[in-house]
Amino acid sequence: MQLTTLKLVTIICESVLEEPIIEAIKDCGCKGYTVVDSRGEGSRGMRAGEIPGENVRVEALASGTVAEAIMKKISDTFFQSYSIVCYITDAAVLRGEKYI
Amino acid sequence: MIELLKNNLLSPVTLCFILGVVAKLARSEFSLPRDIYLGISAYLLLALGLKGGVELAEASVGTILLPVGATLLLGCVTPVSAYLIVRKIGRFSVADAAGIAAHYGSVSAVTFLAAQSFINEISLKDPSLPKLENIMPTLLTLLESPGITIALAIGAFGTASKDKSRRRIMHELLTSRTTVLLVGGLIIGTQIGHKNWEVIAPFYDSTGGIFRGLLCLFLLEMGVVAGARMGDLKKVGLFLLGFGTIVPILHGTLAIIAGSYAGLSVGGCTVLAAMAGSASYIAAPPAVRMALPDANPSYYLTSALAITFPFNLVLGIPLYFEIAKLFT
Repeated sequence: MQLTTLKLVTIICESVLEEPIIEAIKDCGCKGYTVVDSRGEGSRGMRAGEIPGENVRVEALASGTVAEAIMKKISDTFFQSYSIVCYITDAAVLRGEKYI
Repeated sequence: MIELLKNNLLSPVTLCFILGVVAKLARSEFSLPRDIYLGISAYLLLALGLKGGVELAEASVGTILLPVGATLLLGCVTPVSAYLIVRKIGRFSVADAAGIAAHYGSVSAVTFLAAQSFINEISLKDPSLPKLENIMPTLLTLLESPGITIALAIGAFGTASKDKSRRRIMHELLTSRTTVLLVGGLIIGTQIGHKNWEVIAPFYDSTGGIFRGLLCLFLLEMGVVAGARMGDLKKVGLFLLGFGTIVPILHGTLAIIAGSYAGLSVGGCTVLAAMAGSASYIAAPPAVRMALPDANPSYYLTSALAITFPFNLVLGIPLYFEIAKLFT
């Protein structure tokens, strides 16, 4: 089995940010993403239900450079004013060429 | 007035809302599934649009012109007055003040529905009351967007916002659930004619049992949503508590004066006042969150949902009716 090591970028944010975040991810050169609804609690308090529509979790597989570009772009654009959690993990991926 | 308050308080719509609040405060597990809530709100908005459209088709241009003018005027004045009060008297930041103004400049469709059903119930008891104007749903659609747009523009002067996000917000406002269903319903309503309307009226008519029953269910869930914010009342402070009750009366009275000049009946003035005195909590919050990220959502959501909405529902609407009687 041919596994490629890539980065999995995970962003958990207010649902109003879904579109701008996806746009930012694509601008950085990412090929695809997955969005799921989510809820939870963090340093800014309970986020679920703050504004109708809960939080969303956006996930994207990318190469190391793209993943870091995404992190930078997101922290520059959104960290100051929005509740947002953003992290990178390693992922062993089948058909790795699809994502780079 | 006491009798009126009692009647309003004991209406099924108000009681269901209160039940929702109490359930939430008692930490009950009850809440309406989100999809059902959205489904009912779609039904209510479409019904409102359809009925409005059917009746709009029969109205003459002359009778519409003045009320439309009065409504647009209110749509432009209320965000500015709300902004000035929060900024100058409350000494809030530009972003916070503009965020709150966007909510109070816009309109809550549910408050409109509650006012309409209040007037309908009164007319049942008192047939001498002039019939409620049939152009009210049209006025509701007109009052929705200008307030948000103006307040966001005020906010944009003080805070740098990008063109891209502004375009996105305009797109969202114009294609929001409320706008699509209300305006869409209005257009369909004007085209289908009375015959077709009579077929679907038992299901959609806002004076009918199905509509009122679903409105109760919707308000039950609104109560839960409002109840969830009541915990934040302490955080927002006394100023917003006063603001959330006095500004609706101010805007409501303004609407009654404008409405009476435009020739609206007592009922029409009351409903217009409920509209102008209400604060949006469906269209405005996401728009404000995007356009004015520095505005604290606790302020605008809590004052719109946990203060002004319950105030209008329980006290405001009967009060507007009393004030309207003085002016018409």
